Amino acid sequence: MERELQACPACGAGIDGADSPDVRCASCGKTLVRAEGKLAAAPDGHVELEHHDYVGGKIGMWLFLFTELLLFGGMFLIYSIYRAKYAKEFHVAALELNGGIGTLNTLLLLTSSLTVALAIAAIRRGRKGACLVYLWATVAQGVGFMINKYFEWNYKFHHGFFPWKGTSKGLGKLLMEAKITEGESTFYNLYFVMTGLHGLHVLVGVVLLAVMVGFVMRDWVRKDDYGWLENSGLYWHLVDLIWIFLFPLFYLIS
Amino acid sequence: MSDGVAVALEPPRRTFLNHRTGLLGWILSTDHKRIGILYMTSMIGFFCLGMILGLMIRLEMLTPGRTIMSGRMYNSVFTLHGVTMIFLFVIPGLMASFGNFLLPLHIGARDVAFPRLNLLSWWLFMAGGVLIYGSLFVGEPMDTGWTFYAPYSVKTAASVSVAGLGVFFVGFSSILTGLNFVTTIHRMRCPGMTWGRMPLMCWALYTTGWLQVLATPVIGITLIMLLCERLLGVGFFDPSKGGDPILFQHMFWIYSHPAVYIMILPAMGAVSEIVPVFTRRAIYGYKYIAGSTLAIAIIGYIVWGHHMFTSGMADSARLVFSLLTFFVAIPTAIKVFNWVATMYKGSITLEVPFLYALAFIFLFMIAGFSGVVQGAIAADIHLHDTTYIVAHFHYTMFGGTGFAFFGALHHWWPKMFGRMYNRKVAKGAWLGLFIGFNLLFFPLFIMGYLGMPRRYYDYLPEYMRWHHISTLGSWIVAAGFLVMIVNLLRSFRSGSAAPANPWGATTLEWTVSSPPPVENFAKIPHVTHGPYHYEPEASG
Repeated sequence: MERELQACPACGAGIDGADSPDVRCASCGKTLVRAEGKLAAAPDGHVELEHHDYVGGKIGMWLFLFTELLLFGGMFLIYSIYRAKYAKEFHVAALELNGGIGTLNTLLLLTSSLTVALAIAAIRRGRKGACLVYLWATVAQGVGFMINKYFEWNYKFHHGFFPWKGTSKGLGKLLMEAKITEGESTFYNLYFVMTGLHGLHVLVGVVLLAVMVGFVMRDWVRKDDYGWLENSGLYWHLVDLIWIFLFPLFYLIS
Repeated sequence: MSDGVAVALEPPRRTFLNHRTGLLGWILSTDHKRIGILYMTSMIGFFCLGMILGLMIRLEMLTPGRTIMSGRMYNSVFTLHGVTMIFLFVIPGLMASFGNFLLPLHIGARDVAFPRLNLLSWWLFMAGGVLIYGSLFVGEPMDTGWTFYAPYSVKTAASVSVAGLGVFFVGFSSILTGLNFVTTIHRMRCPGMTWGRMPLMCWALYTTGWLQVLATPVIGITLIMLLCERLLGVGFFDPSKGGDPILFQHMFWIYSHPAVYIMILPAMGAVSEIVPVFTRRAIYGYKYIAGSTLAIAIIGYIVWGHHMFTSGMADSARLVFSLLTFFVAIPTAIKVFNWVATMYKGSITLEVPFLYALAFIFLFMIAGFSGVVQGAIAADIHLHDTTYIVAHFHYTMFGGTGFAFFGALHHWWPKMFGRMYNRKVAKGAWLGLFIGFNLLFFPLFIMGYLGMPRRYYDYLPEYMRWHHISTLGSWIVAAGFLVMIVNLLRSFRSGSAAPANPWGATTLEWTVSSPPPVENFAKIPHVTHGPYHYEPEASG
């Protein structure tokens, strides 16, 4: 029903106008606006507002996701170089990480990607209540991830495993006392920086999705205008995707 | 030319300049034209700061040993000069200033795709500038050189962390501009504005946008790692903790080499706009100029290693990087051939913007040739870290981007502000800048070849006469720059009103009045031909 082709009022060509409130006819190039479900030629002087250009918003979001991938790409590059240099030490150090918590967190994030996708599917069908439930579930799983992370890091900190400038405590001290090797120290530092940066992204994502809850409640995100929610969902999938790579690289390589 | 009297009788027209007044009306405006001018003025402000620092460097180099400052201060001065000019002038460059002003006008749109994001990017840029200069007041001034090479940048007591955060902000602002422009070009071209009908400036902005999106995050993560290194001691670049300082150089140049094309491509775009206007010919080889822009971006991505020939790298890697570096010269040369071929049999008028475009082509050729020389490994071993390199990148960045910026300033000034400047004075300023520039930087090629190292505070007396010529040139450049700016500013008081199309150009921005109305186009144009539609041999 939603995918029904509509005719461009200017030239009569078929347009798949289901996706956005503002479309441009592919054959005549005319900007069209959607009014009560029907496409009409945009009046002269019609300004395409940014939140009306659904496709433009998507392009912008994807470009932003590319920058995020490259940001983490730089870290993965550094990781792979040290992994090649200190293969044995990485193997030893990875044994110290708690695979159980890692697996739990992986499950949480994977499920949360599902619930955020379900939230988008729900709002497209106009089911506001279901959308809110799925969104809250996603937020809860994000928070759960961070709680797990807190306990995991806390445990490490208690055993002196934390980055530290100087040699008075932390990894600096362990390295100086030769309790760990350079390769192991590099592994733990990479672990803290990379999962820390990822954790920051989880926090941003949780805040973003919580804001989306507000948007849905106020009907700023609704059946015919859900670009914000969809882009937030894309961001959340990115957070998930990064973790899918972090998890085996740190927890499973031993 | 319209005379001032006729214009004075008309009622004041509502333009983007006068529809809102006051500082807030500017710094909170989401109008792409106002943001472009915000960028332009703040960048010229930073340029002035950088220029003063540059003059100080040259003055210090006038004699061997101490001339006006200590060695420690000299380190800070050249670092701040580099950071200012690179991150606060040439990286935002013509992209953020003229790109913002022109892009929607060029493609027949009313604004960019994300106007609020656009304003945010200017604010981030200013925040970065404030952090970089603020770092002077929170500790010792940074002294690492603009490249922040580890391990020194990790160990120095200078306030690298704050300045690094400033650069991170500037990078974020750069990403947002790139993302915005790419989306704008995909989504907001007016009816009939096909890809092949876009002005070449838009091709340059599009390519640069992609570069900004795909390269800048790498310096972002590098700076984050540097901050972690300084604050948490993670040791990724610290050999005493098992790290590798060379890795920092790789990470740095993976961004910073594409970044030189972020700096130069919009400048080439502006030259491609100026040349057809003052030769009255459709640009020769439109597709090749557009294609070479993309080619430069793609090849430019994989040549970063040539910055590190002497840092320690496998011979095979050096050979590959050297070969790839030579390839960059091909698309660049295609552009130069096309510009020159456009001039051939054109009816040339030597207006100020065209003079700047000519200077650009001449200076950039010297820059390009010298670049190929140092791209050869054997030559580079000799020339590395000498003033030859300094001369090379000043010819590209200042002789290239700087002169294109000044040319664009003179070309679009009447459109931006609706005023004509005094052309005779402007030509005088151009001559001063051109002569001064060559006096300033050409001796550095010679000195460098003779063995004068870069960044050194002291030198042997045999280099002194070259330093004298160079310092003399720096004063002429500064004088030329001052004359240019004063002449432009005087146009507000005594300049005649500019008509909509003072140069007889054919791109869309000249079809609207000067300065443009707030909404750019009363009616969105419908384009039926290419951007350089000159009789009699107009081509589509």
